[in-house]
Amino acid sequence: MVCGVDRNAIRRREGYDMTTWIRHRGWTWGFRSTVLLYFLALIVFPIFGIYVQSFSSGWTHFAESIADPIAWKAVLLTIKLGVIATLINVCIGTMIAWVLIRYRFPGRTLLNSLVDLPFALPTAVGGLMILLLLGPGSLLGSLAEKMGAQIVFHQPAIVIAMLFVTFPFVIRAVQPLLEELDPLEQEAAYTMGASKARTFFKVILPSMLPGIISGGMLAFSRALAEFGAVVLVAGNIPGRTLIASVFIFGEVESDNPAGAAAVSILLLTLSFIILWVISTVQQRGRRA
Amino acid sequence: MRRLWIGLTYVVFIILLIIPLSRIAIGAFEKGLDGFMEGLLRPEALHALMMTGLIVVLVTLLNALFGIMMALYLVRANWLSRRIKGVLNSIVDLPYAVSPVIGGLMIVLLLGPDSIIGGFFEGIGFKVVYAFPGMVIATLFVTFPLMVREVMPVLQEIGHDQEQAAATLGAYGWTTFRKVTWPSIRWAVVYGVVLTVARSLGEFGAVLVVSGNIMNKTQTATTLVYQDVENFNVAAANGVALVLAAFSVGILLLMEWAKKRKDVQ
Amino acid sequence: MHVEVRDLNKHFGTFHAVKNVSFGIEKGHLIGLLGPSGGGKTSILRMLAGLENPDSGQISFHGQVVNDLPPQERGIGFVFQNYALFKHMTVFDNIAFGLKVKKTPKAQIKDRVMELVELTGLKGFESRYPHQLSGGQRQRVAFARALAPEPQLLLLDEPFAAIDAKIRQELRSWLRELIERVGITSIFVTHDQDEAIEVADEIMIINQGRVEQKGTPWDIYKEPTTPFVASFIGESTVISSAAELKGFEAASNKNATRALIRPEYIEIGSEHDFSVLSATETGIVRHLHFRGSEWLVEVEVKGHKLITYRSLEKETLHPGQEVRVLVHRAYLFNDEHSWIEENRLKVDPMPIMI
Repeated sequence: MVCGVDRNAIRRREGYDMTTWIRHRGWTWGFRSTVLLYFLALIVFPIFGIYVQSFSSGWTHFAESIADPIAWKAVLLTIKLGVIATLINVCIGTMIAWVLIRYRFPGRTLLNSLVDLPFALPTAVGGLMILLLLGPGSLLGSLAEKMGAQIVFHQPAIVIAMLFVTFPFVIRAVQPLLEELDPLEQEAAYTMGASKARTFFKVILPSMLPGIISGGMLAFSRALAEFGAVVLVAGNIPGRTLIASVFIFGEVESDNPAGAAAVSILLLTLSFIILWVISTVQQRGRRA
Repeated sequence: MRRLWIGLTYVVFIILLIIPLSRIAIGAFEKGLDGFMEGLLRPEALHALMMTGLIVVLVTLLNALFGIMMALYLVRANWLSRRIKGVLNSIVDLPYAVSPVIGGLMIVLLLGPDSIIGGFFEGIGFKVVYAFPGMVIATLFVTFPLMVREVMPVLQEIGHDQEQAAATLGAYGWTTFRKVTWPSIRWAVVYGVVLTVARSLGEFGAVLVVSGNIMNKTQTATTLVYQDVENFNVAAANGVALVLAAFSVGILLLMEWAKKRKDVQ
Repeated sequence: MHVEVRDLNKHFGTFHAVKNVSFGIEKGHLIGLLGPSGGGKTSILRMLAGLENPDSGQISFHGQVVNDLPPQERGIGFVFQNYALFKHMTVFDNIAFGLKVKKTPKAQIKDRVMELVELTGLKGFESRYPHQLSGGQRQRVAFARALAPEPQLLLLDEPFAAIDAKIRQELRSWLRELIERVGITSIFVTHDQDEAIEVADEIMIINQGRVEQKGTPWDIYKEPTTPFVASFIGESTVISSAAELKGFEAASNKNATRALIRPEYIEIGSEHDFSVLSATETGIVRHLHFRGSEWLVEVEVKGHKLITYRSLEKETLHPGQEVRVLVHRAYLFNDEHSWIEENRLKVDPMPIMI
């Protein structure tokens, strides 16, 4: 029990471990460099590569690729439809987050798990679903056609596809904030004579706002990037229903990687900016 | 008021999720069970499902392993300066911002037959792009952040103390990880695995660009669905799509379960 | 074991946390590292454990330099401030961890763990998880876990910081007794002087990365060697010019000499209470605070507020009352020196005058 002096133990340990220790170090460094190398080769290198590639044949070539009306119209269309889908999602998402957190009703847990379905479902399957539901020959599709509205292969279908794949983002960003929000804050507002509407706009909405913004941003960047669901339901007519990611795919297919790369870095840079804004918003939210 | 909101929520879910999901199921059985089996048992469908399965297994294994290591390094490493860790940390998120199509394009540009590296591999008889390795790399790229982002917050939360306590008690790195760190991050890892499986199962854009979508060679389940639709063979697409959708619902259930276990921890 | 530290330095970024720290610790001693928060105590402890690498300097155990040994090889036990118990392991598994790592035979592990469970009064709690224990029990588990592999040096980082004030007292004497029984060299970090004085054989006062003084609690209290130690240990009042005090006029020879006076250096009373009245001064009682077992008296002398205690047995004073004040001794210091001086008039009541 009493721990006596054991000089020999230390000496023995030291001698014994000189060899294992060196081997140990070697392993450690091997591991570290492997992981970092994997990371660099997989993530950093390709992104770096695409920027280099698109400028490799000079600015003029890059400018030419961008100046192609089909290209810039595709980018603009993507942004426009992405904004529409995001705005709809912000409204629906905030409402659903609110309902799922604040109300108790039958089926709540089921709905709550269903929120993640678009994450789990392959986007191509999502596109197929929309096609089946609204496509030519379907009940809804022919109904809409009779009324003179065209959905599939037109812009509404693209928005619906974007809506579907970005559905969970706002909900999942707002929910934790609502959960943290102390009901006492609301009650405090009531005791000070604030009306329900006033309380909502002055107390509840501000605390949800970081979630709405970062969730909306995430949804927007996902909408810009979406390909699988859209390619199946969009008509892909240049200038009208051709979005950026589909355009890039077309350029690759027609063996024009330089043109694809030029549009890609436009889209990429935009996404990186959004990502940066999200992390700034989140950091500010954490500090507050 | 309350009723109205709940009703609206139900309406959104039904229109956006439940009707489309059931439509796939109905579509798959439009021509009866035989039609469904026929669509599913085509040789190209079986091959595509096998490819998807292989990619899922390989990608999940690799990214789970490297993702956990990366998370450990980003949170714990004292051999990296804080600034470098900050930069690496933000780079981890980049694949989220990259459109899958662009991700695929990057790999074609870097490793395609016309590139230096691709040319070298081609020279030694190893095809990367328009072959299995390229598809795996594309999926690895897209799914890399998932595991890292699940494990990192848990590591940050449990702190360094228990691991240091283990060190003072004589445990080296591997023992400490196995006995002390692993039990705490276990459920986060399970959740990360489920997410990675879901994402690699459903990956479409990147794989489509990289694979060239060659039937019976580089076609995966999702690219087969795409090809069927392009060929106006919607009924056949439904069978494969239903299988994928069923997997997704299964994954969803797993996600719920893993999330609950994670919260308990 | 014998611990020797020489010229230890540690920087965190631009912050110089530990500055040229040197000390030696005899085998079997219980040492308290005492000082204000952020003074570098914990950094010293962590460097001894090998959890932090010193920028320069030498740490040796038994005369052998251990700087390059990782924590696993140092044969130390470490009790963390918040215990860092393994959350997913039972009390038994927590205590057994170090032994299992060393591949001790199962039967032996069981014996040793049960012995420690008994020793730390945790019998019956072996199969509980940390979250099912009270703060004091967790502390005992942390202690037992650190002792299990029979370390030669026990390091404790603020061992009582996370415990209720009431139980803390009880745990302190328990810990002291236990360490004595085990006979292990121990170093603990604390910012609480009562704790250090009560538990430690020897105290090292650490401030701004330096060792200010090392000695037994009594020595440090009686003879502080730096102004910081004098003001940090015990209660005291600082007078900006010592020469104004009666009996300390000699201090005026040196300019800007200040005096630090402890409550127990001061005696107050009426004229007939003092044998040498010329050594006293007149003061006015300003405030009286009842302290449970005594009065704390604030008395004003020549515009300086002095604090002293007064027994409840003596006649009660009132605010505004005039009293005689005798300052027996003071701790004097200026920019160059510091020393303890007795009241000169008290010792030598001007015999030539008589």
